[in-house]
Amino acid sequence: MTDFALQARSAATPSLATWRDYVALLKPRVMSLVVFTALAGLVVAPGAIHPVLGLTAILCVAVGSGASGAINMWYDRDIDALMTRTRARPIPGGRVGPEDALAFGVFLAATAVVTMCLAVNWVAGALLALAILFYVFVYTVWLKRRTPQNIVIGGAAGAFPPLIGWAAVTGDIGVAPLLLFAIIFVWTPPHFWALALYRSADYRKAGVPMLPVVAGARETKRQMLIYTALLVPLAAAPAAVGVAGSAYAIGALGLGAMFLVCAVRVWREDDAASGHRAARTMFGYSIFYLFALFALMIIDRVA
Amino acid sequence: MIDDDGHEAQRRLRGRNLAVLVALLAFVVLFYLVSIVKMMDQ
Repeated sequence: MTDFALQARSAATPSLATWRDYVALLKPRVMSLVVFTALAGLVVAPGAIHPVLGLTAILCVAVGSGASGAINMWYDRDIDALMTRTRARPIPGGRVGPEDALAFGVFLAATAVVTMCLAVNWVAGALLALAILFYVFVYTVWLKRRTPQNIVIGGAAGAFPPLIGWAAVTGDIGVAPLLLFAIIFVWTPPHFWALALYRSADYRKAGVPMLPVVAGARETKRQMLIYTALLVPLAAAPAAVGVAGSAYAIGALGLGAMFLVCAVRVWREDDAASGHRAARTMFGYSIFYLFALFALMIIDRVA
Repeated sequence: MIDDDGHEAQRRLRGRNLAVLVALLAFVVLFYLVSIVKMMDQ
């Protein structure tokens, strides 16, 4: 739709957005992973929290994550319009105004942080604020368009949720929750680079310096292998600090071995012949891997 | 066509206002629950 057509249409109709567009601004698929890892942090933390307060903490994490997504979509609306994967999003699609998305995101972020501080505790609230600010300013504004290390450093924002869940129960942070943070931090590069490998044309078109665009597929695959190899023992480490038991450690090593197999297949893949089949499989498996890892942690603690 | 679009937009606006109202009410209820839990703890 052209700018003129959009303007003419917006003059006749105040808004074309439906509730689904506002839900899409919250990046619900990202939110589901964020909520699950925060829940894991909350469950494995020593001590207990009243179910209403626990639910409130999870709700605040979900809303804070959604708010970050909305602000990210407001800032990235120019490059989102250029990429196939993102051009149908509510802002480039012309269904939600950029200012509406920004206001929606800022309001939700402030509400989530204030509620967390008042209802749960200020440490969890401060960590939630830090995660939102990190995602918006450090990742979206500063790193994403400047360096191929964007998702490596920016990945820290996505690693906060188990730390927040833990802090909601205990009111502080220690070695064990930092280990959960480290697991997601190291998981993020191979997860995102698997996607970037088969979407590199999109990123190149938008001028986003993802590693496959800047350093090429070979170097990206090498670094994916290194991060995945690091992740396997790291993911089993919660058993060493008493957060989980030996059943978790065995499961984590098994899941990690499969992840490593995916990384090796990506390394050996001839992209031109296969159409990035191994990278697509690795991206899908990486999501399953993180869900399964934290599910194991929860089951281990509850059982 | 413009009338249809106008009605559609008004219907969506009403829907959105209702959604905001429900969200605010849910938020108030949540705060009541949290307050009750905190009072019981003290």
